[in-house]
Amino acid sequence: MATYQEFIQQNEDRDGVRFSWNLWPSSRLEATRLVVPVSCLFTPLKERPDLPPVQYEPVLCSRANCKAVLNPLCQVDYRAKIWACNFCFQRNPFPPSYAGISDVNQPAELMPQFSTIEYIVQRGPPNPLIFLYVVDTCLEEEDLQALKESLQMSLSLLPPNALVGLITFGRMVQVHELSCEGIAKSYVFRGTKELSSKQIQEMLGLTNPSASGPQGRPAAPQDPAVTCRFLQPVHKVDMNLTDLLGELQRDPWPVPQGKRPLRSTGIALSIAVGLLEGTFPNTGARVMMFMGGPPTQGPGMVVGDELKTPIRSWHDITKDNARHLKKATKYYDALANRAAVNGHSIDIYACALDQTGLLEMKCLSNLTGGHIAMGDSFNTSLFKQTFQRVFSKDHNGEFRMAFGGTLEVSTSRELKVSGAIGPCVSLKAKGPCISENEVGVGGTTQWKICSLSPSTTLALYFEVVNQHNAPIPQGGRGAVQFVTQYQHSNTQRRIRVTTVARNWADAQSQIQHIESSFDQEASAVIMARLGVFRAESEEGPDVLRWLDRQLIRLFMFHLRRSPFLQVFNNSPDECSYYRHHFVRQDLTQSLIMIQPILYSYSFHGPPEPVLLDSGSILPDRILLMDTFFQLVIYHGETIAQWRKAGYQEQPEYENFKHLLVAPVDDAQEILQTRFPMPRYIDTEHGGSQARFLLSKVNPSQTHNNLYSWGQETGAPILTDDVSLQVFMDHLKKLAVSSAA
Amino acid sequence: MFVCVLSCFCVRVSRPPVCQPYSHGAMNLSGPHPSYPQQYGVQPSMQQMTNQMSGMQVGSGPLTSAGPGYAPPPSSEPPISAAYSAAAPPSYTQAPHPVSGAPSQPPPPSEPAAPQPYYDGPPPSQQQPFPSSAPPPSQPFPSSSPYSGPPPSSQPRAPAVSRQQSFPPGPPPPVQQTFPNSAPPPVSQALYSGPPPSSQPGPFPPTFASPAQYPAAQPPSQPGPPHFHSGPPPQCPMPPPSMSQQQANPLPPGPMQQPPQPGMQGGYPTQQNGAFGQPRGPQPGYAGPQYPGQQNYGAGPAPTPAPTQKRLDPDSIPSPQASELPAVQKFRHRIDPDAIPSPIQVIEDDRANKSSEPFTTGVKGQTPPLVTTNFQVKDQGNASPRFVRCTAYNIPCTADMAKQSQVPLAAVIKPLAMLPPDETRPYVVDHGEAGPIRCNRCKAYMCPYMQFIEGGRRFQCGFCSCVTDVPPHYFQHLDHTGKRVDCCDRPELSLGSYEFVATVDYCKNNKLPQPPSFIFFIDVSYNAVKSGMVNIVCQELKTLLDYLPRENPEADSVVRVGFVTYNKVLHFYNVKSSLAQPQMMVVSDVSDMFLPLLDGFLVNVNDSRVVIESLLDQIPEMFADTRETETVFGPVIQAGLEALKAADCAGKLFLFHSSLPIAEAPGKLKNREDKKLVGTDKEKSLIQPQSGFYSNLSKECVAQGCCVDLFLFPNQYVDVATLGVVPVSTGGSVYKYTYFQAEMDRERFLNDLRRDVQKPMGFDAVMRVRTSTGIRATDFFGSFFMSNTTDVELAGLDCDKTVTVEFRHDDKLSEDTGALMQCAVLYTSCSGQRRLRVHNMAVNCCSQLADLYRNCETDTIINFFSKYAYRSLLNTPTKTVRDTLVNQCAQILACYRKNCASPSSAGQLILPECMKLLPVYLNCVLKSDVLQPGADVSVDDRAYLRQLLSCMDVSESHVFFYPRLLPLVKLDGGSLPMAVRNSEERLSKGGVYLLETGLYLFLWVGANAQQELLSNIFGTPTFSQIDPNMTSLPELDNPFSQRLREIIDSFRSQRSRYMKLMVVKQEDKAELIFKHFLCEDKSASGGASYVDFLCHMHKEIRQLLS
Repeated sequence: MATYQEFIQQNEDRDGVRFSWNLWPSSRLEATRLVVPVSCLFTPLKERPDLPPVQYEPVLCSRANCKAVLNPLCQVDYRAKIWACNFCFQRNPFPPSYAGISDVNQPAELMPQFSTIEYIVQRGPPNPLIFLYVVDTCLEEEDLQALKESLQMSLSLLPPNALVGLITFGRMVQVHELSCEGIAKSYVFRGTKELSSKQIQEMLGLTNPSASGPQGRPAAPQDPAVTCRFLQPVHKVDMNLTDLLGELQRDPWPVPQGKRPLRSTGIALSIAVGLLEGTFPNTGARVMMFMGGPPTQGPGMVVGDELKTPIRSWHDITKDNARHLKKATKYYDALANRAAVNGHSIDIYACALDQTGLLEMKCLSNLTGGHIAMGDSFNTSLFKQTFQRVFSKDHNGEFRMAFGGTLEVSTSRELKVSGAIGPCVSLKAKGPCISENEVGVGGTTQWKICSLSPSTTLALYFEVVNQHNAPIPQGGRGAVQFVTQYQHSNTQRRIRVTTVARNWADAQSQIQHIESSFDQEASAVIMARLGVFRAESEEGPDVLRWLDRQLIRLFMFHLRRSPFLQVFNNSPDECSYYRHHFVRQDLTQSLIMIQPILYSYSFHGPPEPVLLDSGSILPDRILLMDTFFQLVIYHGETIAQWRKAGYQEQPEYENFKHLLVAPVDDAQEILQTRFPMPRYIDTEHGGSQARFLLSKVNPSQTHNNLYSWGQETGAPILTDDVSLQVFMDHLKKLAVSSAA
Repeated sequence: MFVCVLSCFCVRVSRPPVCQPYSHGAMNLSGPHPSYPQQYGVQPSMQQMTNQMSGMQVGSGPLTSAGPGYAPPPSSEPPISAAYSAAAPPSYTQAPHPVSGAPSQPPPPSEPAAPQPYYDGPPPSQQQPFPSSAPPPSQPFPSSSPYSGPPPSSQPRAPAVSRQQSFPPGPPPPVQQTFPNSAPPPVSQALYSGPPPSSQPGPFPPTFASPAQYPAAQPPSQPGPPHFHSGPPPQCPMPPPSMSQQQANPLPPGPMQQPPQPGMQGGYPTQQNGAFGQPRGPQPGYAGPQYPGQQNYGAGPAPTPAPTQKRLDPDSIPSPQASELPAVQKFRHRIDPDAIPSPIQVIEDDRANKSSEPFTTGVKGQTPPLVTTNFQVKDQGNASPRFVRCTAYNIPCTADMAKQSQVPLAAVIKPLAMLPPDETRPYVVDHGEAGPIRCNRCKAYMCPYMQFIEGGRRFQCGFCSCVTDVPPHYFQHLDHTGKRVDCCDRPELSLGSYEFVATVDYCKNNKLPQPPSFIFFIDVSYNAVKSGMVNIVCQELKTLLDYLPRENPEADSVVRVGFVTYNKVLHFYNVKSSLAQPQMMVVSDVSDMFLPLLDGFLVNVNDSRVVIESLLDQIPEMFADTRETETVFGPVIQAGLEALKAADCAGKLFLFHSSLPIAEAPGKLKNREDKKLVGTDKEKSLIQPQSGFYSNLSKECVAQGCCVDLFLFPNQYVDVATLGVVPVSTGGSVYKYTYFQAEMDRERFLNDLRRDVQKPMGFDAVMRVRTSTGIRATDFFGSFFMSNTTDVELAGLDCDKTVTVEFRHDDKLSEDTGALMQCAVLYTSCSGQRRLRVHNMAVNCCSQLADLYRNCETDTIINFFSKYAYRSLLNTPTKTVRDTLVNQCAQILACYRKNCASPSSAGQLILPECMKLLPVYLNCVLKSDVLQPGADVSVDDRAYLRQLLSCMDVSESHVFFYPRLLPLVKLDGGSLPMAVRNSEERLSKGGVYLLETGLYLFLWVGANAQQELLSNIFGTPTFSQIDPNMTSLPELDNPFSQRLREIIDSFRSQRSRYMKLMVVKQEDKAELIFKHFLCEDKSASGGASYVDFLCHMHKEIRQLLS
């Protein structure tokens, strides 16, 4: 038998699922004792080039509150043409089209290797993809120019039949009509007045009955004649839109000395949401918002326009001094929920040197599956590449994005669903397998994921409800089925069904087995997500304490220090940004985020991973650190001197040149694939940017203990943080004492 | 000093019980008409009147007396006393003697000599008032002819004829006499004793009699009157017969002619005569035809009665021909319309007397020529009448006097009036950085009334007497008379009108103003597009934008422009010069208007020409297929206001709007037109704005200097009363083109628009009227807003806008110092300069009521009354307003009669010379669509006219109430044909007439018009081939056509609004509209005829006196 390691890997590759425990304790009591709940990381759209979708509808269990999909774990009576649902044990006849079924002529969904299978279904007319650009015009000329170019470029990346729309905002909000000839036409809204969705639609003339004249009510939302004014197929308007973007001016309203420009971000978003809500409800759509600063007026404002009042900091928040925080957060929450209900996702591309209000706006993306990208300027490759990568395509030439997804989870009786953590919202679907014990977004078995990418990963938490006194027979298996319906980027509706099962184990008798089935990496990420989720809603220290109380291994040391939980040295916006990405990336990426990876390049051997420790920082090494958000190439003191001296230019030191190039090449490789594009930092010993590295490494040597350690290695870190060593010591002590 | 003697029912009194209703007890009206108003309406009244009239004799009975009266006439006071004695009418007509003034003069009439004596009398008087002018006429009496160029001639002739027949001698002379008197202008009381005067033309002379005015004259006058009175009786006899006749002849015309003359004379003795003569003049014109015409109309019967002996005289005098005779006969029955004061006569006299010499403003208390007279003005220290006209140039010294007389004290001020090319516009004075020099206490600006003292180191304010130091830089030595040496070099020390350059202290926020902006708002809803309006506006704007107002004709205008279209949402346009295409920005959030763009909305025309033209080309296309029918209105103005606020400038909004704004938005209106309310106490609710929204909005507009001009193109009710609130409060204008059709109304609209865009105007203006101690400006009328009781705030003030100011006493005035008034208007010029325009006016104060009555201006009084009445409609039932007007006029006239006229019989109607037209004009006011709407007058029309009038100047209100009716006979030479009175009976079937109402031009074509005439005008000799829908005359190559078109053009150029030409064929349907403007006739809506009204007035006066 393969090792658990292999088993886990295999499962992940096939189903995109990683459980914290691969053997499940068979009773509630035992499960609780394990601390780390039965839970999994699930990547619904895990790329499966080897999995061709089947072109028919899935077969569902006929029980009304079950509706599980026929899967390889079901018992099938080929002769009677009956199958038994493995979740509710309902016996179902096969539909007529399965008449030819037999044990040698099985449909794909019954084959074990198709524990994950994808169906293409025909439901309603295909919906084109919709991209609605919401563009801040309160930018510096240079920034605006760069942004305009990026946007123009993006038009060429969109499929020709995709619908595009443009909303610009500054002091006012303008919704541009794209269909008009001659005069460029836009609808203008004042940036300070909150409007209901209905009002917005009325004002945009989307519900005008008189316009449709006597032919009854053709003003149905999908009526292209009505909607086309603002959302047009790319192939029809790309010239128009390119010109329009080219003519975009900076917001013309004068900004007095000592003031911020007035940005009506809140209204702009509400109009975008309202527009889509009215025209394309329940259709996948992407609102892409580009902003160059915080909202400064109207609902959703994050900071006033007085420059002398700085934007809120953690300090202000703790002191309850952030005036607009609650109101703005509430406002964006409501917007996010509206968008999510209609399956529209919202991306935020924020490029500014200061904070832009991501803290308040994060839920826009978090709830709708949108992206958040954060940079200093639109005129940086960071933004340009990231933005471009949104439109990256898979090997079939199709976008790596999907829309309007819903995830439904079914479990066998002994298991119930506690909740999910990820870029999703609850659909509030009632069902038999909902746990009363809510973790994350709970109380439902269905979640809406407005936008999905192949890496989008949810953490799902389960509760074992089997009572201690009702043991499960040996060899019993618990099953979980994930049904993901979504709109593929080629406008098809698809359903992906993943059904997995794990053995039950009696914790008393088989504790070792259970222990060995523990997936440390998955558990770390799952617990970290839980921590982040709580951090969002609770005070930082409380979460740390909670985390400390849970038993966690190594990763937790770094997690404690990570920006996900530790707000020190990070602005509220940055935290929101980091957390946003943390709760959606897959396991590997999440691990990198928790514990950055450090590679060492030296003449002493091939590149090797080294400990994330100050001890690893040596003069004759080049270090490459990947924190997911940053890629740092750090040249040790000696290397830096050599480089300065220009040895790499001399033919006799070609090997040095190679050494210098090696980490850069590796970094490029990472940069090519990573989304969002990490910040790329090339620094050296003593360089100011070296702080990115120094802040991450385990401070095993600090100015405090510098002399008690050997002098020969490492670089001291100026910090009062405890080192891993100290942390472990404490942890051990605590473990013992608490056990006592 | 005119005395119009309308003898009404004098003698008759006893006779016709009929009279009772009408007249004072005395009247003999035939009973049917009980109440005045009703009577008005009713034709019968006319008859009655005439009947009465017939009974009455205008003539001062005293033909005989006349002789002696000679003297008397003067005494009577030159004024035309129109005595309406009940009997009167006849008097006019009948009595040769009766000839009104006649009594006194009549006798003399016979003898030319008589006149002379008068002259003597008068001359002096004249001299006083108009030293220069007066004298000559008087003496020359004979020479007077020049004066009354026309009159004399006509008169003499006429008289000659008639008299010869009837009273050879009598009439003529009186005429002459009258002249002299008239010359003096003033007043007069005309005594027309009912009967006698009528008989003789002489009566007129008596008119002169106004003793009061001319001392010399007075004595005689006094005696005179009695005579007159006595006179009447004789006439009386005549009347009776007339009565019957009259009844027979409903139509006044026949008789009218004759009588009028007397009336006229009454007015201005001399002039009157002239006047009479003149009227005849015209008559002759018609004469031939007219008579017949008249006959046709009403006269039919009249002719028969033809010859009455006595009448003849008067009649004959006036009307040259035999035809008169018949008239006379008719006459008896009713008041002869020709015997009552004729506006035409007065106008012609004034023109004849005053247009030759420039009017100099240096003399205090001098009445300027009438608005209908062409004259030149020389500013010698008082503002030109083109800027300021007063109701009275001699103000009573005390409030009691003022109250007693009831003559309103008001000034009609047109601060930025355009001057004819031969007069210099006010000089601009710069007093340097410290700003204009002003009195320390009352803040009056430096003006000719400031008295420099202490060797020129200080000056004493003429208004408040406070002494202020002269700033060093302004110091100048005084000459031996105490005047500054540089007096003549400084406009502010020597002229009545001038401008100061205002300093930054006079600017809003202490910041020099930006040049103003013009924003065009074009309604693009279905109706607007369909009517062709949108297309026309866009086409026109392309060229019109090159003619934005500028101060330096060489330079480009600095006025910036912006464009918005709207239906129920607003579309703003970015026309920044750097754009290849204009950009449209739609604002649908009309509930909370804002300006969606800043940069590129208001642009310089030259910079953005290409973009603007592209926009104007595209607008009609873009909305060609619109199906949107709803519009908003409030948000449109709000948008303009926001734009001006954002640009931090003043400006003007041009709204081209089509329909009632019913779309959901602030300022949304309901259709509340309810004709059932007309005539009830709730009527005023139709005139009041629907809500307070627009008045609040206009407050904001005024604060920003945002003037709104509204062009309406309604197909139905649009609630002008409410939509007009903002324009009216911001100094803007409302133009209304009901049922606008591109082809028919294009010219009118475009000309209005062009003028409106181009006309010189000031922005963000504040006007303040300061007065010397003793009087105070208490009330203001016009298009403006007032946030306190003294400052008139005008967001915009153009060259056509007038503000009427009413003054009241708050103390005694002194005859020595007179009263001063200074009107200062602070405004931003179209080039963005802050200026102060100052108009100064000094008037005399008098302790004698006679001086007041001798120096007032009826046209201005009517202007004031109408504005006052129209405003009262807002809060008072229409009937009350009308009654109040009648009452006040009756009091004015009664006061005169009581205090200034020589005693005469109660049956005489005695009118002051200067006010002899008050009744006819007042009647026109009362009959106007606003105060007495006909069934076909919409609520909107009334509101429109009401608002229109509120800022009319005197000349506009004059023609508005008494349209100009020109017979198109001979159009050779540079002069216009003499107008005829506005009465149907003046029209000849064989003629063509041009009627100017100030808003429209009508070309009335008689059914029997000569073919040649028709060919000349229309290019077709056939009456039936004339197209009644034509809006402009064909350009034919004959002198007549050319001249006619010239006349039409010149008329149009005189008015602030383009007058649409309508061709009305006799007996066509459209004739009803035309007839509506014949304001001496009874109107379809129940308005009284002139004669009826005069009788009514007389009755009122008599009631007051008794």
